[in-house]
Amino acid sequence: MSADTYAWAPGFVAGDRPRIVTSRFEYEDSYTLERYLATGGYEGLRAALGRNAADVHEQVRSSTLLGRGGAGFPAGIKWGLTPEGVFPRYLVVNGDESEPGTYKDRLLMERDPHQLIEGCLIACYAAGLSQCFLYIRGEMALAQERVGAALNEAYAAGYVGRNICGTEFSVDIVLHWGAGAYVVGEETALIESLEGNRGMPRLKPPFFPAAIGLYGQPTIVNNVETLANLPFIAANGAEAYTAIGTETSPGTRMVAVSGHVKRPGVYEIINGTTTFRDLLYGEEFCGGIRDDNELKAFVPGGGSAPWFLPDQLDLPFEGRQVGAAGSMLGSGAIMVMDSTTDIPAAALTLTRFYAHESCGKCVPCREGGTWLMRILERIVAGDGTTDDLDLLLEVGGSICPGDMPHAASAELGLEATPFPYKMTTICFVGPSAYVPVHSALTLFRSEFESRVTPVRPRVRIPVAAAGGGA
Amino acid sequence: MARLTPDNTTLAHEIIARYPKPKSALIPLLHLAQEQDGYVTDEAMRHIAELVGVTPAEVRGTGTFYEMFQFEPVGRYLINICGTMSCALMGADDLMHAAEETLGVHAGGTTDDGMFTLHRAECQAACTEAPCLQVNYRYRFRATPDDVRTLIDDLRAGRLDGEIPPHGTLARTRQHIPADRGVGAVDPDDVAGPPAWVTVDADTSQGAS
Repeated sequence: MSADTYAWAPGFVAGDRPRIVTSRFEYEDSYTLERYLATGGYEGLRAALGRNAADVHEQVRSSTLLGRGGAGFPAGIKWGLTPEGVFPRYLVVNGDESEPGTYKDRLLMERDPHQLIEGCLIACYAAGLSQCFLYIRGEMALAQERVGAALNEAYAAGYVGRNICGTEFSVDIVLHWGAGAYVVGEETALIESLEGNRGMPRLKPPFFPAAIGLYGQPTIVNNVETLANLPFIAANGAEAYTAIGTETSPGTRMVAVSGHVKRPGVYEIINGTTTFRDLLYGEEFCGGIRDDNELKAFVPGGGSAPWFLPDQLDLPFEGRQVGAAGSMLGSGAIMVMDSTTDIPAAALTLTRFYAHESCGKCVPCREGGTWLMRILERIVAGDGTTDDLDLLLEVGGSICPGDMPHAASAELGLEATPFPYKMTTICFVGPSAYVPVHSALTLFRSEFESRVTPVRPRVRIPVAAAGGGA
Repeated sequence: MARLTPDNTTLAHEIIARYPKPKSALIPLLHLAQEQDGYVTDEAMRHIAELVGVTPAEVRGTGTFYEMFQFEPVGRYLINICGTMSCALMGADDLMHAAEETLGVHAGGTTDDGMFTLHRAECQAACTEAPCLQVNYRYRFRATPDDVRTLIDDLRAGRLDGEIPPHGTLARTRQHIPADRGVGAVDPDDVAGPPAWVTVDADTSQGAS
């Protein structure tokens, strides 16, 4: 493998591109305070503390830093949604990354925990947040270890806790980890979990966490990658940040490309301009499909995203255009399927995930997800009937009524239906169980049809001879 | 194999004190109990209920929602083989087959000697390094069926004891907030004003900071 991969950061591929959040990954000891300080660490915090909080907030707002958790909401605007005069306010860091295909936050936590800590501090300072809870996914033992050790170092050195860097700014960061529940990545479920409850989402609207969150107080929930961008913005200014990327999608973005490509990896790419063709076929990225096979389909934004075909390769990795084309960027994860892929079986691996992860609060998801999984299982096993194809759409329609977003296909003569979908559930777990089924069935219906058999005639089983057998 | 030990009880009090409301420590304390005994015992759940001031039923109610908590003994090593899309595309089923053959149990089962429990897991966030698996939440990337067989041999022989602790232990480095450095939990019942570094004027003009 080429020189821009590092044995201590499996999966990460550096490349010759501007790097904001992965700038220290080339150092084996990137997670230590010593290395962090030697490479500009905590300078963003010092710069922020030299100005008043409102100015720092304004700087982040003008950087148009978009949230990296999936929804892409601007962080500076989110911070501004807290009600006036209500205190205390909290910061909850969403490190419960579990979307199929995604793992940028795990790398950021394992490889550069101080960068995340510095980002948390800048957010707390700018938005007036009195305590920070850093929630890491339960299964990520190394990330927990690295962030824990980094916090211990940072407390000892005076970067976290009381009177940070000798100023009035005082905030604790509490490390907390989960115990295996995908739905807890949803921000209101995350808050429930942090309160010691089952991780079930809260109904919103009317109240979003910025108004009523942890312990009923205003709470900002930010993704790990979002916060990891703050030290750069605070140290170099909003203009340095918006100079990279496009107007609607500034900066860089971490993207994980997995599946049937020659060089799967996590790449920090320039936001908004890099196309899917660049990512899948470019020499500096994945270098093409394995064995030079044909590309069959790809999931552009994590397991919850409607699928794309080779028709969509020239779209840039940019939220609005991808939305108009019938999908979403979500958490920045692309999963690639080559011509050898069994499409119904591939869809099953995702639908099974979401059915398994349903929290059980909303009936359409709890029942519908499992139904979709079981019907798909019998189709894949060769036991499905032609009626099952309609049944899939009927069950899916109870989770997502109306038009489902899907990609255009020249071959099938299909126009795109833009994102988003309508939903009968509180959160996106239920719809996500249906998305792969709908995409697979819409774009590859013939693969399902060749798998199912016509409904068999009723088997007649006479229980006793009619008319007494006389 | 029961309530938290005196040392762990001390640690539990330290953890609880970080949160404005004690119940927030419920999941961290369930992890602590699982680290102590390898799984979460009924006695530990009763003890946690006392510590955070809820009923034992609430502890179980929360705990059973999260699949990492085990309420029956499991093997010293919990092997989780990922089966979600990226791993499935790259041959995860072969890993599961090799593990089942080598261990002589199906997914979900525990070996008779109590050494191994085998689970089919959902996405473990290592998708470009597919197919992957975790042993007690320590990764093995781009694994082959041979790797699985070697791994099981090594675990059985104790050759990985330094790297992989028994089931229940996650991070081996814990957070400790020094008494002279910590701010302490900010409880909405005690604190209603803005933090010291925020001027109320700025807050009103920005509606935010």
